[in-house]
Amino acid sequence: MSSQKKKELQVAALENGTAIDHIPPEHLFKVASLLGLDKMDNTITIGNNFHSKKMGRKGVIKIADKFFEEDEINRIALIAPNVVLNVIRDYEVVEKKKISLPSELKGIVKCNNPKCITNNEPMVSRFQVVDKERGTIKCCYCERKINKEDIIIK
Amino acid sequence: MNAKSLVSIDQYSKDDLLRILEYARKFEENPNRRLLEGKVGATLFFEPSTRTRLSFETAINRLGGRVIGFQDASTTSSSKGETLKDTILIVSNYADVIVMRHYLEGAARYAAEVTGVPIVNAGDGANQHPSQTMLDLYSIQKTQGKLEDLTITMVGDLKYGRTVHSLIVGMSHFNPTFHFIAPDELRMPDEQKRYCDLHGIRYYEHTAFTEEIINESDILYMTRVQRERFTDLMEYERVKNVYILRNDMLSGSRDNLRILHPLPRVNEIAYDVDDNPKAYYMQQAQNGLYAREAILCDVLGINNI
Repeated sequence: MSSQKKKELQVAALENGTAIDHIPPEHLFKVASLLGLDKMDNTITIGNNFHSKKMGRKGVIKIADKFFEEDEINRIALIAPNVVLNVIRDYEVVEKKKISLPSELKGIVKCNNPKCITNNEPMVSRFQVVDKERGTIKCCYCERKINKEDIIIK
Repeated sequence: MNAKSLVSIDQYSKDDLLRILEYARKFEENPNRRLLEGKVGATLFFEPSTRTRLSFETAINRLGGRVIGFQDASTTSSSKGETLKDTILIVSNYADVIVMRHYLEGAARYAAEVTGVPIVNAGDGANQHPSQTMLDLYSIQKTQGKLEDLTITMVGDLKYGRTVHSLIVGMSHFNPTFHFIAPDELRMPDEQKRYCDLHGIRYYEHTAFTEEIINESDILYMTRVQRERFTDLMEYERVKNVYILRNDMLSGSRDNLRILHPLPRVNEIAYDVDDNPKAYYMQQAQNGLYAREAILCDVLGINNI
């Protein structure tokens, strides 16, 4: 068997569904949880630490018969901004989607202000994305601004 | 958030500000109006603040309403672990308006989201304290006869002082010029300066508190330089007496200059200033009553003032 063939066989092909490629390996399971894969009945293949020319190592997730809405998939933009979404129909990639930060992040980020109400009440956090380019967000409650590198994912 | 609550000064348009200031002016003419007759106002103070609480409770009383509430969260269910949401929902069953002070930032916005009863934010941690801004604006308008085109000098802790940040927002509609005077450690944060840039507001930063700047000012807004704000105590010792206003510094100031301070003061205004007719900080606190009567009526949709 050729090495090319072997590589392809590492992950089962999808007939219909979504393949999420180029996930940073350290965030693979976070991505899976943000997308709610743990609560899904679909057939799911999760692979990690595949060789990648672009990023060294990468994670891959394939979900059969699942097509994500924009706001569902944009949840992962914070931790995996360079992820590529391959929409597959009848074994063919019919669309490659890039993801982008939504204008509001609900329940994804933990406010890093310990005196913020969101860290002291059983409630959903809410952030406004104030600068999509830089990834700056602002807590809708305590109004603290958080830079991308300081963002804590729940 | 329900439409009527007052959480942050930035939710008010210029028209809103002018309308509420006009209400306040009418309440100053006659503070005792029975506009809240038959209504109950709750003052929930999860953190003590005697001045603010008395001011709000007086406002409700003078409007003919009745007051329930607490001034110390340790006597309430929140000390047993009750959530803010539950406390707010319970009190919403009893009161027509809720005035809340809380030590956590964002508490007022959250409260306004969980109840249909209007919430008036009486301070949420270091975040917002909009009724203070309304009384500052009212004091400025009253003493200057206008809000437009004024030169306002802010002195002291401009980094953590939420009153100065909110006052910038409140004044942004009226073409102000600001002087920011602060030690390096407590200078105006970039966020507020960006806000000024974005709104075309002129500002100048200084570290020296000089008569030259005082003499150009219409309003001198003093704040407290707190020891606990400094990481470097040497620096505190060096600057603690630099930002003190003494009476002799006012000799060349404009006739219309007035000195404001959100209070309490410690030593940043020398006592010899108190007798100067330009000292306005005590009357400023009295204006808080009228501003709060105006705010209470506005959140309750009462407009026949």
